[in-house]
Amino acid sequence: MATVAPLDLDAHCLAAAFLGDVPFFALVDGTVHWLDHGHHHAQLCDGMVSASADPFSKRLLIGGEDGKVGSIDGSGETREIASLPNKWINSVAAGPRGSVAYSAGRSSYVVLEGGKTHEFAEQRTVEGLAFAPKGMRLAVARYNGVSLHWIGTQAAAVDLEWKGAHTDVDFSPDGAYVVSTMQENALHGWRLKDNRDMRMSGYPVKVKSLSWSAKGKWLATSGAPAAIVWPFTGKDGPMGKSPLELGTRGDQMVTFVACHPSDDVVAIGYTDGMVLAVRFGDQKEAVMRRGGNAPISSMAWNSRGVQLAFGSEAGECGVIDLSA
Amino acid sequence: MSEAASPIPVTVLTGYLGSGKTTLLNRILTENHGKRYAVIVNEFGEIGIDNDLIVESDEEIYDMNNGCICCTVRGDLIRVVEGLMRRPGRFDAIVVETTGLADPAPVAQTFFMDDDVRSKTRLDAVVALVDAKHLPLRLKDSREAEDQLAFADVVLLNKTDLVDADELERIEQTIRSINPSARIHRTERAAINLEKILDRNAFDLQKALQNDPHFLDHDDPGHVCGPDCDHDHHDHDHHHHGHDHHHHDHPSDIHDTSIQSISLKAGPLRPDLFFPWIQSITQNDGPSILRLKGIIAFDGDDERYVVQGIHMLIEGDHERVWKPDENRESRMVFIGRDLDAEKYRRTFAACQA
Repeated sequence: MATVAPLDLDAHCLAAAFLGDVPFFALVDGTVHWLDHGHHHAQLCDGMVSASADPFSKRLLIGGEDGKVGSIDGSGETREIASLPNKWINSVAAGPRGSVAYSAGRSSYVVLEGGKTHEFAEQRTVEGLAFAPKGMRLAVARYNGVSLHWIGTQAAAVDLEWKGAHTDVDFSPDGAYVVSTMQENALHGWRLKDNRDMRMSGYPVKVKSLSWSAKGKWLATSGAPAAIVWPFTGKDGPMGKSPLELGTRGDQMVTFVACHPSDDVVAIGYTDGMVLAVRFGDQKEAVMRRGGNAPISSMAWNSRGVQLAFGSEAGECGVIDLSA
Repeated sequence: MSEAASPIPVTVLTGYLGSGKTTLLNRILTENHGKRYAVIVNEFGEIGIDNDLIVESDEEIYDMNNGCICCTVRGDLIRVVEGLMRRPGRFDAIVVETTGLADPAPVAQTFFMDDDVRSKTRLDAVVALVDAKHLPLRLKDSREAEDQLAFADVVLLNKTDLVDADELERIEQTIRSINPSARIHRTERAAINLEKILDRNAFDLQKALQNDPHFLDHDDPGHVCGPDCDHDHHDHDHHHHGHDHHHHDHPSDIHDTSIQSISLKAGPLRPDLFFPWIQSITQNDGPSILRLKGIIAFDGDDERYVVQGIHMLIEGDHERVWKPDENRESRMVFIGRDLDAEKYRRTFAACQA
């Protein structure tokens, strides 16, 4: 049976993350809280717009309403990476070897370890950022498509065009696919070897959360009364295949999904604050958290996959422990 | 914790360069009116106030990808409003400033077409600032100035000290010929009681009419404003009240532009004829229709039905029971370009019971 250790905070949780074994919670008021032999917190910026855990090193990146780009590591040590006064830092993303990307307005920036910064200008506002798994390329979601920039070279960007507004972007773990979320209730994908388009639609609301399963075999998504999980096993990705629909509920929408780090299991957060864990194979469901006062806005597993940190839009955060 | 909070009102402020938008924004941000405003601007530069509730945002027009050419939204607003609404306790209302050349429709449509924005905010009113001195010239050289007037719920005729009384009267008639349903306030240095432009509920079907008891009455030859009349376009000077509201018959010499308004009046309508009619009109003419508003009497229905729209977006609802002394008639106004007034009159009349 799962046990929930709640941590009730005061503001919308933008990102829950484990840095090592320590759960961290980044809030829109600019604070980051963590539980390491007691409750600690630090103020990283004045109002937070974006936050993203760094999968390559134990730190959390944040972007502020005050133009600050910063990080906090597992020991609670903070660092300022960049500052663009009066700009909102719309997105932050981490790449390998300490590289950091962030965006404001129509520009995205990559800061390499050592401090060298590259700026990439777009015709339209940058909506989302993702590093390719090896860190050589940066994907930028924008109106009418995704731009793929080569980092550290003068090579021209590759434009993946698809009509409409793309609000966020991610690479598959093997780097073979780029997937974007859209202003419409749909995902769009491209297979990079031939730029073939993949359209994943049929959602009743916007898709705001994506999570790749272990080894990238499945892509779990929010935006429906169930987690919609697309198969990426065959050579054509999800084309011509039906997705799984896991954890279907009649009266609630899925707001966040987080795939387990090793098993084919996804943690699903709903509008009423409930959290379920559902196995892909037999669709067996386990209740992790019965509910709360607000939609789940972020979740993250620890590396062993026995603890799940979560946060809600009302600041109800906590850790669910499966090992007990 | 602030779940299920009531929607935050949003005021859209339009007006070309030099019309007084910055002056008005400064007043909204600094005056002691007991409310806190988050202000979304194009550039910080001019405001000159250090306030963490001023957000800079590039105007980003997105087509909605649904095949409709007039279904556009402001993508940047979706993002900024979503960000602001994650910390709802900080402010009571939002003001969106648009650039001088902006088309107001995408801004307004954002608050109807994006589900996330719509669930947390409500469009309160579109306020247009115009400079009395330069308006005639602007109307000659820019379609946007005309669009902004046509779209407005409230017009601030600013810098009235720079023109004489006759000129001012002519300019006001021009504005009214472009937009008969807007309320006009004359100001100097954008000095206006902020209650007259903020929290107007102009897009709230239930409340818009309470605030504007003579909605669509300006064209009524029988309508003469009395001393208690709430027509703010004359609120400072009641002796103007006698003038004729029939501007359409006497187009002003400075209004040589393309916007027209069509006022329609009929008896009680049949819903099975009216709804297909309004659907077809907005589907076919949507790109040319900037705003529409109406109060409809349905045959055998004891409640008034109110309707409003922007381009192809249209919404309607029952408002309240007709009062015993009220004339159960249906009235609509369309503001747009290249609209076939004769066809509108004929087809609207054909919806009658």
